[in-house]
Formats: sequence, C-alpha cells, structure tokens
Amino acid sequence: MGAGGPAGVGVAPGAAEGSAAGAGSGAGAGSGAGAADRPGGRGAGPRSRALDGLRGYGLIAMMWIRATMTYRTSFALMLVGNMAITGLDFVAIYLMFRHVDVLGGFTLPEIALLYGLCSTSFGLTDLLMGNTDRLGARVRDGSLDTMLVRPVPVLAQVAADRFALRRLGRVVQGLAVLVWALSVLDVAWTPGRVLLVPMTVLAGTAIFSAVMVAGAAFQFVAGDAAEVQNSFTYGGNTMLQYPPTIFAKDLLRAVTFVLPLAFVNWVPALYLLGRPDPLGLPGWAAYAGPLVGFAVFVPASLAWRAGVRSYRSTGS
Amino acid sequence: MDGTGDAAGDVTGGMEGDMTEDVAGDMASDRGFGETGRAHTGRGGTGRGGTGRAGTGGGGKALIEVDGVRKVFEVRRRTGLMRREKREVRAVDGISFTVPRGEMVGYIGPNGAGKSTTIKMLTGILTPSAGRLRIAGIDPARQRTRLAHRIGVVFGQRTTLWWDLPLKDSYGLMRRMYRIPEDRFRRNLRRCVDELDLGDLLDVPVRQLSLGQRMRGDIAAALLHDPDVLYLDEPTIGLDVVSKVKVRRFLRELNAELGTTVLLTTHDLQDIEQLCERVMVIDHGRLMYDGPLAGLHSVGESERTLVVDLEREHPPIELPGTRTVKVEGPRQWLAFPATASAAPLVAEVARRYPLVDLSVREPDIEDVIARMYAGR
Amino acid sequence: MRLHVPLWCAVAAGGFRRYATYTTATAAGVFTNTVFGFVIAYTYIALWEERPGLGGYDQAQALTFVWVSQALLATSGLMGGGFHEELQQRVRTGDIAVDLYRPADLQLWWLFTDLGRAAFQLLGRGVVPLAVGALAFELALPGDPVRWLLFLLSVLLGAVVSFAIRYLLGLAAFWLLDGSGVNLIATVVAIFFSGMLLPLSVFPGAFGEFVRLLPWAAMLQVPLDVLMGTQGAGGAGLVRALGFQLAWALTLLGLGRLAQSAATRKVVVQGG
Repeated sequence: MGAGGPAGVGVAPGAAEGSAAGAGSGAGAGSGAGAADRPGGRGAGPRSRALDGLRGYGLIAMMWIRATMTYRTSFALMLVGNMAITGLDFVAIYLMFRHVDVLGGFTLPEIALLYGLCSTSFGLTDLLMGNTDRLGARVRDGSLDTMLVRPVPVLAQVAADRFALRRLGRVVQGLAVLVWALSVLDVAWTPGRVLLVPMTVLAGTAIFSAVMVAGAAFQFVAGDAAEVQNSFTYGGNTMLQYPPTIFAKDLLRAVTFVLPLAFVNWVPALYLLGRPDPLGLPGWAAYAGPLVGFAVFVPASLAWRAGVRSYRSTGS
Repeated sequence: MDGTGDAAGDVTGGMEGDMTEDVAGDMASDRGFGETGRAHTGRGGTGRGGTGRAGTGGGGKALIEVDGVRKVFEVRRRTGLMRREKREVRAVDGISFTVPRGEMVGYIGPNGAGKSTTIKMLTGILTPSAGRLRIAGIDPARQRTRLAHRIGVVFGQRTTLWWDLPLKDSYGLMRRMYRIPEDRFRRNLRRCVDELDLGDLLDVPVRQLSLGQRMRGDIAAALLHDPDVLYLDEPTIGLDVVSKVKVRRFLRELNAELGTTVLLTTHDLQDIEQLCERVMVIDHGRLMYDGPLAGLHSVGESERTLVVDLEREHPPIELPGTRTVKVEGPRQWLAFPATASAAPLVAEVARRYPLVDLSVREPDIEDVIARMYAGR
Repeated sequence: MRLHVPLWCAVAAGGFRRYATYTTATAAGVFTNTVFGFVIAYTYIALWEERPGLGGYDQAQALTFVWVSQALLATSGLMGGGFHEELQQRVRTGDIAVDLYRPADLQLWWLFTDLGRAAFQLLGRGVVPLAVGALAFELALPGDPVRWLLFLLSVLLGAVVSFAIRYLLGLAAFWLLDGSGVNLIATVVAIFFSGMLLPLSVFPGAFGEFVRLLPWAAMLQVPLDVLMGTQGAGGAGLVRALGFQLAWALTLLGLGRLAQSAATRKVVVQGG
C-alpha cells in the first residue's frame, strides 16, 4: 500500500541538440527584459515573484526532460512501471470487490470515482512537486546552496529538481479509472457538475501541493524526516481512495477542518453521487475546493519561508 | 619535465603547481628559480600593487559592506543513547570589513574558521544572526533573487553545471534564467570560451569533463550575466597545473579589464600571491588580519621547502640560512625563509652535493597562519 | 567458507548500529507506518464487516494482519531501502572487485549486515506501530510466548528470503547497465505477492493458490500466519510453514551463490 514514488531513474547521458530555444514557457518572457541592463532591479511584488517562479520552473523542468529523453526506451519502461506500481492500489480495491458488492455502502464505480479523482490530483502533484521531498537530501549534499544563489525563487527550483515525466504514469492510470467511473456512473449532470470535475482535480492538486511544501519546509528542521511528508501525501492519498463512511468521525473532522484533504475528492464526489456528507457539510461546499486550495497555501508558504530563513547549510 | 616547467613559467611569470615543480638537475635551475624569486620578492607580475587595502575607509564607495556580522549555530550533540547536549557555536563572531569595487581579496583561514559561513552570508545562502551586510546596497538574505543578478558564485567542490547535458546547454539555461540579452550573452560567452579554452568542450556532456575543465566551465557559467562580484570558493582545489594557470590568468584579466570585484577563499597560497593585493585571515570566526600579503608574510616568517634528491643517502645537508627538516633515504627537505631567493641556495647545493633532482614547495596557508600565531 | 560466529556477529552488529544512527528517519518511519496502519485498518474493518471470515480471518485477525505487516514492512525490506542499491553501486563503480577478493565471503557479509539492519528495524520501526495498533484496535495477538518465539524464527527466515532475493537483484548489476528498472519491478512484485497489498489468503481461486507458493509469501504472509496460528492445522502446519520458508531461503541463497561465482568469473576475465 502506498507504493510511493519508485526509485529514481538513472539520469540519461545527454546528447540533446544544441541550446536552441524551445525551453517552452521561458523563451518569450526572457527577451523582454533585454532593455534593462540590470534586470535585478525590477519590482519584486508577489505576483512577479510567482511568475518568475513559474518561468524558472519551466526552464529547469525542460532541462531535466531533455536530460532523460535521450534514453527513450528506459523512459518508456519507467513510465509503464510507474503506472503499474501506482495502479496497484486499484488492484487491491478490485480484489476486495471480488468478495463484496459494496464497501462502506459504496459500489466499485463509486469508489472508482473517489480513486480516480484523488489519484489524478495526487499524480499531478507528484509530477509537479514530488521532488520537494528530496529537500533533506539536497540540504545534506549541499546542492541547495547552489539553488540559493540563482535568480529564481528557491521553491520553484526545489520543485523542478529532477523533474520526471515518468510520473505521468500515475496521472494516466488515475485518469483512466476516473473516466471509467464517470462513464458507468449515473450522475445527474448539469453544467455546474461537469465543471466541478476538472475544478476538483486542480483544487486537489493545489491542496496536495500545499502539503508537499509544508512537508518540505519541515525538512529544514528535521532533514531525515521525508517520510513524515510521505505519510500525509501518500497516506492521505491512500485514505481518500476509500469512502469516508468507513473512517472514524474524528478522523473525518481532522481531514476536513484541520488538514482539508477531504476537499480533494470526498466532498465534491459525494455531491456528484447525491450522497449526504457524513459531517453534514452543505452542498455548496463541493465547490469550495479552489478556495480551500488557496487557503492552505498560506500557512504552507509561511512555513516554507521560515524554513529557508532557518537554513543552516552544511560544512564550516 | 623541462617542458612542463617552461610552460608553467612562461604563462604566469611564477612557479605553478601547488606543491612541486620538478626541474631536471642544474639545467633548469637558473630559469626556474629566477622566476620563483621574482614571484616572491615583488609579486610584480600583475603590476597592480597599488594602494593595497583602501578598503576600510572606503565608506560610500564600498561594494561589499560587512559590519559586526555574526552567525551562531545551535549544535546538538548526542551524548548518550537518548541524551542530547545543546551548544552554541559562533561560526562567525563579529566580523567587519568593506571591499571597494574592483578589488581582489583573498579570504583565508583554517578549516572550520568561518570562511564558508561568511561567503554564504554574503551570497544570501545563510541569514546572519546579527550585524549588517550589504552588497551593492542589497541585503543578501532579504533580497536573494535580486542579489543573484549582481553576483557570481563558484563552489570549488560542487558543480552547478548540468551533469548529463553538453556544457553549452548549461549556458543556454543561464542565459534564460538570468535574462541575459542575446548580444551580451554571446559576447560574454565568446570571451569565456576564448580565454578559458572551452571551445572544444561546449558539446561535451559535463560528466565527461575533467575536474579542471569543469571548474573552467563553472567559472564561465558564473560570469555570463556580468556580475559585479565574483565569489570563488577554493577555485583551484584539485586542479592540474595547466588548469590552475588558465584559471588564475583569466581571473586577473577579468579583474583588470572589467573591474569585477573578486573574493576568493583558498588553501593555495599561490592563488593569493598571484591574484590578491589584499588578504583577510579568519580564525575562530574572527578577523585576525586584513592587509597586503607581504605583511602577512613578514608577520608569519613563513618558510619554503627545497626538496633535494641526491644520488645516494647522505648525512643531513648543512647550509647557512637553511635547516634540514627531514631526511628520507636519498631525499632531503630543507626549509628556508619564504622571502629569500632560492637560486643561490640551489647553486650551492648543486656545487657541494651529488644532486639528481629538486623541487620547491611553497609554504601552505595553514603553515603561514600557524606561524603567525606563534609569532604573537 | 566456515562459519566464524564472532566475526558474523560483529558484522551484524555493524549493520544494526549503522541504521541505529538515523534516529529522525526512524521516528519518521514509525509515524508513517502508524498512519498507514490506521488508514488500512479502517478499510479492512469495512471489508470484514461486509464479509466476516474472509480469507479464513476474523476481523481481529485481519486487523492484526494490518498492524503486524506495518511493523514488519521495514524489516522485510519490501519497499527497498535495503542494501541492494548499494551493492549495485559498488558493481557500477568497480569497488566490488575489492569486495570479491576479501577473505570474508561476500554473500555472507551482506547477509549478516542486512540481518543486523533487519533486527534494528524490527525493534526501531516495529514495536511502536504494533503497540499503537494494539491500543487502538482489538487485535488477535497470542499470549503464548512460544508462539512469539516461533514468529520471530519465521520473521528471521523471511528476512533471509528477502535478503536472498535482493542479493540477486544487487548482482544483476553485473549484467545490466542500469538497476533502477529491475528495482522498480522488484518492488511492485514484492508489494503485490508478499501480502502487503492484501492478505494472500484473500486472493481468489487458483491464482491465490499460486501466489501462496511464491517466495514472497515467505516474507510476510507466512510469519503472520505463524503468529496468529492460521498456518494450517497443528504442528504439521507449523513445520510446513517454516519448511516452506527454509526451502525458499536455501534455494535462493544457492542461486545467489551461483550468480556470485559467475560474477567473480566475469570480474576475473575483465580484470575488475
């Protein structure tokens, strides 16, 4: 259970063509600053910081993709392997349903909806932010130092570090289960409900990402504690694959009001399925995902800032 | 043998290699030691002896301002199975200095003295516990990304280049990351490629580069965005003689032509001798010395070592002005003052003893500093 | 290759101590195992409420399965994190040539190192999650000390089987350029066929029969059955369970030895 991010792929030797443009996102924005002799002086508002971060993320991620894409077969194998290992959780659910018709009052397609929503969100998070759990290792080997002297917000660099497209495997299998669930389930579709599905996936990605960031910040304090982060992310993901009805009420309250993982899939999925929320949340709560996703990022980014400030580096 | 010696000597006007330069018999003695002598007496090669440290009084013009900076770490140590002991370590304990634009400063001290901690505070990696830091008016810890555009950093032991991709790909990333205008990027890259001899390496994956090639590549990567300040942490550590020569020459020219301020930490006294008019010595987190290198030498009374290989085992050599520190079979080690020329000494040894081979060892920094303390 | 007891005890103690230094990592691992224990426990409660007696377990036994398997997860090296990545690294860098010419036998050296690690993780990562599980749920833990001793013996045999498989994985680096692909597959297989994902007794039909004969069953499923007394009737069932583990341990260790001598020949031919 919770078969985590599989062991890293050996990064392939590079023979990519030149340093020609094509680093996607960045190329256009880059030339704009040409006139300014010292681009460093530009306004450093939170918005431009976020844009700088996204741009830097794109640049670094592209470098990693190019570095790994030179070994195409190895990449394909790892992608399939990633899909298989992350799909095992659904195999477990499937095997359970060889013995039962309902679990916690939910049918297999209903659970598949829960599974598909949270696996897709978690897969996207794992793809985009998954390497933040390597922060402790980055601190230990000193390579965080080199990130701190770059003109890109360090969180973007940490998140883009070792960006691995093979992690699309989890997204793909999650999406496959989600599509299957949506095609067999009998949902009373309205435009709002249709919109709720992609919105939920994105909000879930934001919520999981915030947990990742907070977990990474914790590694500034306890360098070896990557597993604590995993227990909230991978553990949370495993929990969300099952219906909320099987868990204790206190646990549900904790993951609704304290660490609002419930908004990743439970709350919106129950609404789609026309089932009552076990904690009695109103129907509109299903649409609150994006708000929740935004709200959890505030403490997470504060924790991250505190973490960077307390960074001790290694050596003398 | 001879060839290597020539090459090294010609390029830099000084003895190269951190430890030895083998010279064959008395053949090479004239040339080799003449050069060394010059390097020590005048440091004339650079021709920029100048004002030395105008630093402290520089006030408004200073590029780097450090005022009463401290960094205190809390260290927890296991004393038993479960018990831990908390202890405060003052890695940097109240340091103040300024560096005006265009100066090259050597920052030296024993391991664990606080060198790296200082550099890390200057580059925004670490937040100081107390004191005031400004680089070109920027507070490093608070405006890290803004500072990044103004500084270049080279960590001797750790490459920032993309391991699996050709060298030029890393430079392409730098161009976009620092938003370097195309023409400026091309100009800077060409300059680095020419002077650091990177032409054949641009298409080679970084992991296939030698340590020296990689270091040159790293230095170029740190300079593409025209930083005001270049920090170098042990830039010549582990490099071969030829690479050291190239790196030092490049840094000298960079400083002379572009006026880039350079702050470097090193264990290699020759880096300092050939590059820096000003030296700061740090130990136990405090600044012990700040001034020209010559002053450090006279304070330290440091010694160089002549390593002599004789035809056969021989009782310890006795020459005025030297002392034999070690004898091992036919090889003997003679210490002599760093300020003295080696040439007459070598001539004397060659005249009186069956000489096979010899080399000169420069005093290392630890040694100089140790003597500096002993002299107080 | 005589068994030199003090030497191997020292090697195992070294493995134990090495892992004992990672206190934060151990604490974090305990936390993770406990969180997963809770999550999985609730899913099993739901499953066994729907189908009491599924796989021959009552609900307390199913919950015991959850918490003991969380306690054994690190010990049995199911999720990687053992020595084989290090062994592969040594093969890649060529350091292995030195190891092969040491007087101490390579396989035994790694075996005892790994058993030392397993012993530490049994204590460091096993005890707390199991205690938490026992406090939070009603488990079917035996009161008979003999049963616990048999369980420990079975865990030991399971650890040897786990070692032997990972040793083969490690040596595979002699023939493969990159170990990460095999390691990934090995992890998938181990999670699926050990009972970690779902007790093997719950696997349906002939497929279930088949998985219970594979070596991965020896790593988790069998020790749990020995603990709960669900390994089959009486003494015969017990002998069969332990015999099953022992047979796989010896077979796989033997395969490892063959691979090792092939690898040694390869090193000799290539000159290291």
